[in-house]
Amino acid sequence: MNIVEIRNIVIDYKLKKYSLRAVDNVDFDIAAGKITALVGESGSGKTTIASSLLNCISSPGQIVSGSVTFKDGEREIRVESLDENSLNAFRWEKISMVFQGAQSALNPVVTIFNQFYETMLVHENYKPKDSRVKITKEAAEKRVRYLLDFVNLDADRVMAAYPHELSGGMKQRVMIAFSLLLDPSLIILDEPTTALDVITQDFIFRLLRKINRETGVAMLLLTHDISVVAKYADYVGVMYGGRLMEYGAVEDVFRDKLHPYTRGLINSTPAINKDVSLLKPIGGEPPNLLDMPSGCKFHPRCPYCREECKTIEPETFSKENGHKIKCFLYSDGEDKCRI
Amino acid sequence: MPDIIELDNVGMSFEKKGGIFRQNKRIDVLRNIDLNIKEGSIVAVVGESGCGKTTVGKIITGLLKPTSGEIRFGGKNLYGFSLTDFSRTRELVQFVQQDSYAALNPVRTIYQSLSAPIRHHYKNYSVAEVDDKINNIMAMVGLTPPEQFLSKFPHMLSGGQRQRILMARAISLEPKLIVADEPVSMIDVSLRLSILNLMNELNEKLGISFVYITHDLATARYIAREGNICVMYLGEIVEYGNVNEVIGFPKHPYTRALISAVPVPDPEVAKREKPIPIKSMEITPLENRPEGCVFFDRCPYADEKCKSRIDYAYVNGVKVKCRKTEELPEWIN
Repeated sequence: MNIVEIRNIVIDYKLKKYSLRAVDNVDFDIAAGKITALVGESGSGKTTIASSLLNCISSPGQIVSGSVTFKDGEREIRVESLDENSLNAFRWEKISMVFQGAQSALNPVVTIFNQFYETMLVHENYKPKDSRVKITKEAAEKRVRYLLDFVNLDADRVMAAYPHELSGGMKQRVMIAFSLLLDPSLIILDEPTTALDVITQDFIFRLLRKINRETGVAMLLLTHDISVVAKYADYVGVMYGGRLMEYGAVEDVFRDKLHPYTRGLINSTPAINKDVSLLKPIGGEPPNLLDMPSGCKFHPRCPYCREECKTIEPETFSKENGHKIKCFLYSDGEDKCRI
Repeated sequence: MPDIIELDNVGMSFEKKGGIFRQNKRIDVLRNIDLNIKEGSIVAVVGESGCGKTTVGKIITGLLKPTSGEIRFGGKNLYGFSLTDFSRTRELVQFVQQDSYAALNPVRTIYQSLSAPIRHHYKNYSVAEVDDKINNIMAMVGLTPPEQFLSKFPHMLSGGQRQRILMARAISLEPKLIVADEPVSMIDVSLRLSILNLMNELNEKLGISFVYITHDLATARYIAREGNICVMYLGEIVEYGNVNEVIGFPKHPYTRALISAVPVPDPEVAKREKPIPIKSMEITPLENRPEGCVFFDRCPYADEKCKSRIDYAYVNGVKVKCRKTEELPEWIN
């Protein structure tokens, strides 16, 4: 079962003289109750895709074509065509987001509890008049206390604290509790641990996985670190130059390493237990969005590049197990680039 | 091989301003740091933020003067000899920063940035000689043809190329030691390995020693190969020794916790649920650092005796600051 289905989405950033195609023709599903990861380098379009789920792509970006469908039980919500009011109600209630750098996501002059409370009050006002409930401070306190306990924070201390009184890892956990506040069905996690240390990072991810298993909330994890994906995600999409190069279950993707880019990434990531002599860097440089290569966007760096790759962009080929690869090597459904 | 640089019981403390009503407070950032770097070797310094690893790097390069202890360069006290000697040392020890964009002057071309240190230190060089030297170092860091880069400004290059420029600038004065502070953490993942390989290459071809400062154990292991690794926690070295021994058979509880927390890019290994042997996730603030073992508050194996002063123990050639290292449970990874 999918909770979000993205179909053929194209997102452009329109500038004065030209427009940048940040995301081109991406088909992407997010499974309900699972952790799906989008992995890619900076500029690969992963944050842009995630923003399209909330229809909050930063200006001057806009969805040129394609659709984003959110499944709310039997109801289907077309996110790209929601008006401003329904969007306000939709955001955070259905899909919430943990931003990169929790430090800057919290309001520095409001206590943690008041930030939670404010959000609850505001969202109550978006509901139709007859179904509104008055949220008392006591009820809100109970809810916030429950959530902060859930992320292993000392609720009494944290509720009264201002953001600067908390450490980085604590702030990130506050953000996670915050994202759960309105019982969303999907949480987007944008590089949730970039500024944190390894031990804190591991702790946060264990917590996220626990939340995922216990509450069944789906998660979309954006990251550049494939080791994190291997450890915590169920499905993974690999982005490169605004294209979805490969998509599949984590086990399949890491075992088969079908797309040359995915293979390059995995083979060039130093691991603590792997033989260091097996590592091979990917040659070349990441593509410049203003000056995209023709054909397959990875072809200038690809060791398996053929004539057709230079001029024609490959379609996406699917295998029976749902594994999708955007590469000519699999055009007849066969794996021909095994080393 | 002789030691190129020796830190002998180095300590560093900063003053924390108390304000109008409170007294100023001294905070020890580093305590009892002993570190020898052999000529032509690579030492990786790992630790979490706030453990003092960058301060060690700055002390080695001479950017900070330690408040206690001695630092010797080629056997001579760095702060003992005359100013000209000091500047010669500064030439032989170079620093590569984390943020390549901030480290290059945005309004100077690459040529200007690279030629300035050469012209300053080799005053008798002619223009042609300077150009020659620049072409040489550009080739060495893999930026060819050089003309394609030299007239550009930093913003016109990619992160990986800028990091190579920093490497080129560092090797332009023919140093013996380069301190690289998180040189790959800000560049794209697909380019990291090539920068690490470049450092290994410079080490092999030119015999330059490297101090690689990082929070990432996996890249530290990759770059150090057969060299040494130094694990720091709250301003102290808790474990120091051969990289394969330290990472393969960690002897300090903190090193164990760090290694267990590092994700492995292989779902089959990674998905095995293994708890991290640590009591709390929060790092103890430097102000209330325990007097005895620095890891006391978070160590699952600590007992009362760990509160008192401890000395280094030597196990299999690894220096480890833990009383209970012999009693720790068997390490399974």
